Amino acid sequence: MSETVQPPLGGSVFLQRLLRSPAAAVGCLVVVVILALALFAPWIAPYDPNLQETANRLMPPDAAHWLGTDGFGRDILSRIIYGARPTLLLVLVVVLLMAPLGILVGILAGFFGGITERVLMRLTDIVMSFPRLLLAFAFVAIMGPGLINGALALALTSWPAYARQARVETAALRRSDYLAAAEMVGIRGIRLLWGHILPLVLPSSIIRLALDLSGIILAAAGLGFLGLGVRPPTAEWGSMVSEGTQVIFDQWWVAAVPGIAILITSFAFNLLADGLRDILDPRHD
Amino acid sequence: MSALSVSNLSVIFQGRDKGFTAVRDVSFDVGAGETFGLIGPSGCGKTTVLRAIAGLNTNWQGSIAVSGEPLQPGRKITGALRASIQMVFQDPYSSLHPRHRISRILGEPLSLRGERDVGGQVRTALERVGLPAAVAGRYPHQLSGGQRQRVAIARALLLKPKLLLLDEPTSALDVSVQAGILNLLNDLKASEGMTFVLVSHDPGVVAHMCDRAVIMDAGRIARSMDRAQIAASWSDAAAVAG
Amino acid sequence: MTDPLLQVEDLSISFPSANGLVRIVDGVSFSVGREVVALVGESGSGKSMTGRAIMGLLPSRAQVAAARLSFDGQNLTALPEKGWNSLRGSGMGLILQDPKYSLNPAHRIGRQVEEALLLHTKLSAAERRERALDMLDKVGLPDVGRIYSSYPAALSGGMGQRVMIAAMLINRPKLLIADEPTSALDRGLQDQILTLLRLLSEELGMGLLLISHDLQQVSRYADRVMVMRRGKIDEEMASADLANAKSDYTRALWAARPSAATYGTRLPVYGEQP
Repeated sequence: MSETVQPPLGGSVFLQRLLRSPAAAVGCLVVVVILALALFAPWIAPYDPNLQETANRLMPPDAAHWLGTDGFGRDILSRIIYGARPTLLLVLVVVLLMAPLGILVGILAGFFGGITERVLMRLTDIVMSFPRLLLAFAFVAIMGPGLINGALALALTSWPAYARQARVETAALRRSDYLAAAEMVGIRGIRLLWGHILPLVLPSSIIRLALDLSGIILAAAGLGFLGLGVRPPTAEWGSMVSEGTQVIFDQWWVAAVPGIAILITSFAFNLLADGLRDILDPRHD
Repeated sequence: MSALSVSNLSVIFQGRDKGFTAVRDVSFDVGAGETFGLIGPSGCGKTTVLRAIAGLNTNWQGSIAVSGEPLQPGRKITGALRASIQMVFQDPYSSLHPRHRISRILGEPLSLRGERDVGGQVRTALERVGLPAAVAGRYPHQLSGGQRQRVAIARALLLKPKLLLLDEPTSALDVSVQAGILNLLNDLKASEGMTFVLVSHDPGVVAHMCDRAVIMDAGRIARSMDRAQIAASWSDAAAVAG
Repeated sequence: MTDPLLQVEDLSISFPSANGLVRIVDGVSFSVGREVVALVGESGSGKSMTGRAIMGLLPSRAQVAAARLSFDGQNLTALPEKGWNSLRGSGMGLILQDPKYSLNPAHRIGRQVEEALLLHTKLSAAERRERALDMLDKVGLPDVGRIYSSYPAALSGGMGQRVMIAAMLINRPKLLIADEPTSALDRGLQDQILTLLRLLSEELGMGLLLISHDLQQVSRYADRVMVMRRGKIDEEMASADLANAKSDYTRALWAARPSAATYGTRLPVYGEQP
């Protein structure tokens, strides 16, 4: 006779559920480790990531350098640890720009309908048709390489999916009884959008976000690989892979190690996203 | 002056090519303190009429006046009029926001209007519908259907309305829970001096609650009934069912 | 009472929860023969769980125990899924609340009505079609040829429920279990569907178990009524005797229905707040 309504998640309940899904727990753990590496890099990394010891170039992993050294004699382990920073920073910038922008556009379109909806959705369609990396090139070509420009380019091409999702959900909510009831007691405008609609649209956006993150990480690494990310000598996984391709046949670890770092991070976010979906999706209970 | 006066009300929903006339030239008056029934099968337009009076649908023609004050078609209801017309929805599972605690559901309309002592007023509101103060800290999914509907009634009463619109308020509830809610509604009507407009497809509820009623069919009023006729029509139905 | 088709003795159903094992159904015993029996209770009474236990549709985490649970001589307690599949749709029919969720929107009506025949009999396509049309006619649907080739979306709620009944009865089951078969329908339609179920059960010599929360309504169609409360059977009697029920709860349930007679009075409410 009734549907189960998803209970809002308090902190401890969230943790309980997280632990119920092994995939999510593993993903979460790895993400936390990587975050810790990035945050505490100066204390964890054994060497200065930019310290060149040309006498020790391209050394295989040994006791002194656990993951070997690269073409400039820099310790790869330290560069991996420091390399987490630009990657995660870029991801953060993209997330902070992309999700709020997309959700805002979607909610406005879904709530007001009519011409507002049509205009916003056409805009969304136009932006959606741009290929992400090509636009990143264009940006960088115009504004010069750099982390922020790369992040901007990625964010500005990735928000449409959030807008579409938010619009559909908002449009469905507009017909709901609880919004009608809110209207009847005089709740209107921003208060309605922020306090009543947004909390209901957010969970699926969060899930989408977690799923997108792994893609963004790969895109960020891709930009770095193509030399469009941070500038050398800053350690960044994508550019490390690029440098490593030069010596890939003899000193394979120089490219493989950052590649594996990218893989693990991306995979961890995927697992986390899977787990989040199980947790936040009301039908899964 | 009647509590509610509806004249030549028509509601047309615009489709792609032609419009669908959900309500066609409906007129009726409701006296103060009455419970007025809008009855009819699914799709007859009774809920559409109710939502037009509620101001949830402003796309209508004709005239609607509450205690003499007219509603403007095409414009949202605001101010004192907004407070004096309130509604209780059919499904207690979908009329309370799932992510808000009861204290917020009941408190927000009050703080919006700059009222003082919102917490105290929320407690009073809960008490008035027979719920313990502890309910304020809970979420809707933690309450039973009957409790949720009581919260919905409490919310509708927050702004002290004169006209309360009831859209099948008990059809989603068990029989004994329904009994409690109907009792509560009648108690409150008397103590707060309200007028009810009740939409229902349940003959028993209509026979128990309504002083007068109209039967709607395909958008029009098919028949008006006074109390004697409502009672008679119930007895007929009961006799047939056996 | 006729020979029992369904026998339930001391049935208990428990669910694991954060606070340990919660008993939803507690020592329920009853039997159903070739008659119409109503199992009535409010939300939380355990009536739906009881119904599901008889149909073999409890979730896997439910723990079921019974001294006896048998249908037509067959022991249901240890029945494997295969056994249930051959039972449901042939010996036992099930009607659930909302035809919207029971009818597959992507398949034509005719195919869904015939499905039980396909699974349990060896009739030819022509014979199946004939039986399907006959059944659709029996449940009072007009223009059966057209409905046979339509999709569920073309039907109203009342018609959809009639189709469900046709689909469930096509194999002439011995027992039909209907769980709130009319709650999703308008009042007028409810009476029509219940009348139909009663007529068909008489005509086909079938047992009918009606599970509902509306005591006054189902009592008009049932020979016997069992009232459940908090996992137990509170009282059991012939429906003709309901006005003289002994249990306070049953009396309150019986009297709680609003009507013209209760106008201007307070309806009786049993015990504590809902």
